[in-house]
Amino acid sequence: MNWSEFFAMKGYALYVWGSYGMALLVFIVEIALVRHKRKITLQQLRLMRDAGVEE
Amino acid sequence: MFGLLGLVVRRDLVLAMRRRADVLTTLIFFIMVVSLFPLGVGPEPEMLRKMAPGVVWVAALLSSMLSLGRMFSADYQDGTLEQMLLVPQSLSVLVLGKILAHWMVSGLPLVLMAPVLGLQFDMTAQALGVLVLGLLLGTPILSMIGAVGAALTLGLRGGGVLVSLLVLPLCIPVLIFGSGAVEAAISGMNYASHLALLAAILLLALVFTPWVTAQALRISME
Amino acid sequence: MLAINWFKYSAPTTFYGLAGRLVPWFAGASVILFVAGLYIGFFVAPTDAVQSEAYRIMFIHVPASILSMFIYLVMAGYAALGLIFNTRLSSMMATALAPTGALFTFIALWSGALWGKPMWGAWWVWDARLTSELILLFLYLGFISLHASIDDPRRADRAAALLAIVGSVNVPIIYFSVKWWNTLHQGATIKFSGTSMHVAMQQALFTMLLACWAYAVAMALLRVRSIILERERTTQWVQDLPEVRS
Repeated sequence: MNWSEFFAMKGYALYVWGSYGMALLVFIVEIALVRHKRKITLQQLRLMRDAGVEE
Repeated sequence: MFGLLGLVVRRDLVLAMRRRADVLTTLIFFIMVVSLFPLGVGPEPEMLRKMAPGVVWVAALLSSMLSLGRMFSADYQDGTLEQMLLVPQSLSVLVLGKILAHWMVSGLPLVLMAPVLGLQFDMTAQALGVLVLGLLLGTPILSMIGAVGAALTLGLRGGGVLVSLLVLPLCIPVLIFGSGAVEAAISGMNYASHLALLAAILLLALVFTPWVTAQALRISME
Repeated sequence: MLAINWFKYSAPTTFYGLAGRLVPWFAGASVILFVAGLYIGFFVAPTDAVQSEAYRIMFIHVPASILSMFIYLVMAGYAALGLIFNTRLSSMMATALAPTGALFTFIALWSGALWGKPMWGAWWVWDARLTSELILLFLYLGFISLHASIDDPRRADRAAALLAIVGSVNVPIIYFSVKWWNTLHQGATIKFSGTSMHVAMQQALFTMLLACWAYAVAMALLRVRSIILERERTTQWVQDLPEVRS
């Protein structure tokens, strides 16, 4: 298996890897954003609960 | 039903006439946008002739979007809309009346102004005719689709831009068939099918949008 | 039929737990399917006679665009359920699906542009399908913007639902008109060298489609959990959750 030939994609490397690269980037960003949202939501819930307890 | 319709239309027209500036600003915007294109792309007559149908239609689309906020906002703010939701008569008919009045004030002037603007682009008489007919069929559709957007965004901040964002994608078929009809007329091909499709969309909109808009108003007012 | 009380899971309380248990399965499945699909697509499927290696973009472009349309319909379906039956969870699922759908639309557009450039020489060729895809992105963004602009959650859910339904009804009309417009202006269509695709290409395509679908389900379930927590924050069951107590 000639890896450098594989990655060159007969000259279309930019387009092929550009497409898959963007898809991967989008997936990573989406997963990160969803996990971040969960973290923030839990934080706010704890703040709310603490504020209630202090009364 | 027609009595109620006439009542609503007349009321809205009277109110609109008191704020004549609003009517004129839509028209001026239309004229300005159409005039901007030659300034942007150059005065070459051949290119302008090709661009003309699209330019006039896009400008009509944008001008219609501009005035949408006015459809329900005044009544919403002074409480009239709330009363309208409570009357025993059909809300759909009331809404249709408001849409009709809105079109007469915002859409019809565009239809009447279009031939003048078409001449700026050196359009033939036949092309102008098809342009006017297309706009006559299309601008009511724009008002109707716009009414749904206006009803959904009642009282929201971000107002005008949000409505346009929601409504413009839905208006694309009207744009395609309307400008397509004029282009067909210019190149001597059959434009009747384009206009027929516009008429079909108009009928569809007439049947569905008043009711959908009424539902949207109820959702926004709860 | 399985002895599951489906209605039990239509309440946010129980669905929260179910979603949490399902996410790892769908996430794992999507990883496996992606690896399998990419392997078949890049190492088993042969070079195309007409499009050389560039056609391999298809294995992400086509699944992404299929999913973008599928998710829109599912989203509109959930939104309609929420509007008609007044079920909170349905509306929450619609809201959870929207960003994933929009992102798939973006991937479809990006990969479509990158496919178009070597094939037709331009970054954007106004192909009927790509143009419809662009309009679909606008519809997604409209849904998300409208929902985000309304403070009251119930009004937001119902207004966005109405918009989604109107959008779905319009999609066939929009697609038809764009197709018409495209043939009028002699646009390009993405075609292959032969009338049928090589078996390996079909297999790769299908595997990647399943991979994207599993990913979308995982994302939607994950997102809806945060939405449920936010909306139900004043309830006792949320306060009692282990992740909140810790």
